[in-house]
Amino acid sequence: MELLNNLALGFSVAFTLQNVLYALGGAILGTLIGVLPGLGPVATIAMLLPSIYALDATPALIMLAGIYYGAQYGGSTTAILINVPGESASVVTALDGYQMARKGRAGSALAAAGLGSFFAGTVATLVLAAFAPPLTELAFKFGPAEYFSLMVLGLIGAVVLASGSLIKAIAMILLGLLIGQINTDVISGVPRYSFDIPELTDGIGFVAIAMGVFGFGEIILNLGRPAEAREVFTKDVKGLWPTKRDFLDAYPAVLRGTALGSILGVLPGGGALLASFAAYTLEKKTKGRPDEVPFGQGNIRGVAGPESANNAGAQTSFVPMLTLGIPPNPVMALMVGAMTIKGIQPGPQVMTSNPDLFWGLIASMWIGNLMLIILNLPLIGIWIKLLTVPYRFLYPAILSFCCIGLYTLNNNNFDVFMAAAFGVVGVVFYRLGCEPAPLLLGFILGPMMEENLRRALLLSRGDWTTFLSRPLSATLLIASLLLIVIVMLPGIKKQREQAFQEAD
Amino acid sequence: MKIKSEKDFWSGVMFIAIGLGFAWGATNYSFGSAARPGPAYFPFGLGILLALLGAIVLLKSLLAGSRGGDKIEPWPWKPWLVILGAVVMFGFALPRLGMIVTLPLLIGVASLASGEFRIKEVVINAVVLTLGCWLVFIKGLSLTIPLWPTFLA
Repeated sequence: MELLNNLALGFSVAFTLQNVLYALGGAILGTLIGVLPGLGPVATIAMLLPSIYALDATPALIMLAGIYYGAQYGGSTTAILINVPGESASVVTALDGYQMARKGRAGSALAAAGLGSFFAGTVATLVLAAFAPPLTELAFKFGPAEYFSLMVLGLIGAVVLASGSLIKAIAMILLGLLIGQINTDVISGVPRYSFDIPELTDGIGFVAIAMGVFGFGEIILNLGRPAEAREVFTKDVKGLWPTKRDFLDAYPAVLRGTALGSILGVLPGGGALLASFAAYTLEKKTKGRPDEVPFGQGNIRGVAGPESANNAGAQTSFVPMLTLGIPPNPVMALMVGAMTIKGIQPGPQVMTSNPDLFWGLIASMWIGNLMLIILNLPLIGIWIKLLTVPYRFLYPAILSFCCIGLYTLNNNNFDVFMAAAFGVVGVVFYRLGCEPAPLLLGFILGPMMEENLRRALLLSRGDWTTFLSRPLSATLLIASLLLIVIVMLPGIKKQREQAFQEAD
Repeated sequence: MKIKSEKDFWSGVMFIAIGLGFAWGATNYSFGSAARPGPAYFPFGLGILLALLGAIVLLKSLLAGSRGGDKIEPWPWKPWLVILGAVVMFGFALPRLGMIVTLPLLIGVASLASGEFRIKEVVINAVVLTLGCWLVFIKGLSLTIPLWPTFLA
């Protein structure tokens, strides 16, 4: 079977000592970061991008992938233990997980999260391996019009993730697209919006934006809160293994979460965050044992479902990135950046031109998941120790790494200043209730969208109906329209607001 | 007219200003035609679209909002200025003074923002972090970062 041959190739690449070590390193680093509040996978991958110059493409991507799913695990650990979600996808885990910890059942919650995530990761790896080749076939049928429409769908999908107003989120995407226009026009070679600053003719680095808005912005906002609100505390975790009853309660939730997460991850704009929210809603709707603990008071299904879903979603969100070269979320956008740094143009040709990279990456995800479960369950005590580090020590460290990372990007202090400017803008965004994540996505996709739009118009001799007369392109555009309509429907709108309010 | 949502009102103003700014800037470049779109084609369209959405956000903020007027939370002036000031200073100083001086400077200044500044802790933090960054970035990853001030090298 082809699937098995491909996976065998992948495992032969992933099981080399070097790649196993990079997967392990990435997983540890990711867990470390997931545990630290206020430092998400986006900022970390951005920070580490310069360091991959020295690595080959395959170990570099394996390490970055390890950071990504490691952060998912780490984030859930703090969400359960101290009610501080280390990153956005584990926000819902905190709802029931922390309540379980308060009742002295932290061990069961952590084990349910860990084992559920491992199961979900295994299934999602298979989904990824099975679905990537047919999707790649489809991708070769894509012309500029289809790519443009697909990116529209991806950006609209990302809007569903934003917690605030729909119009403001779309406006943020447009703003991101516009910031992406500060560059040299690829077709005519005219520098745009550069104000005669030579560095701006190459465009603004997305690392500078990500670090300015997410890294610096978050530190500033954290410091703006009263000191008590940032204090963290620890608790002893005893009795790691769940009871038989926990197990019986949790496994259907794990199955549902895995299925939901795998599907939502593949959709553009999906990924871990959407998956975990959807899984929590699903668990709440599903009837459990009559005498079970209510949701919000420590129901194990409320931990197992979303945790499995977010891990599955994190994994399958590699599908659109690897097959189409289109990043479905900011982390994947950074992965695309990393591939470009290594001279690989992301897209359907990666699977044929770099099969060992493609399948090695997929296989290493499963290995990484296995490592994480080994790493996380026995070593939870160590991760908690990290939380006793007071914020006044933590943020100067984050700041130092960010600044050095920014400088080494181009060995130039321009990116440092640019990030500081985006630090100013970032705080404004937060205070005005404008979500910055869609902006980053728009920024990444902007140049690609423009190029494909102009190519499509060139091919159709200026006929805009080309986007609707080509069936694939029309389907994608109709899907994006449907997505907007669905989100705008009063019932769904209310539910969406509710889901996000619960997260606060 | 009374503003119902302060956040949305100013978001709208921001989107309109930026959208029009980009659209106006695009007029400096060639538009081309629909069949041969020039460099101004895409940003002009996007800018106008952003300004339109901004106008909708602004209008809605005058009509509907939460009861409290959806006020903007107070700006975090002190950490804002101190942290970004420290970053800008880092950018200026690193090529001239090297990491050995700049990093402790960054950490020292940034620590002022926390409101729990203790000189002994800050010194320890600065020494540990500078040493750690030297080990990781210069020794470990062999990145080219100026280490010593230029007048010593």
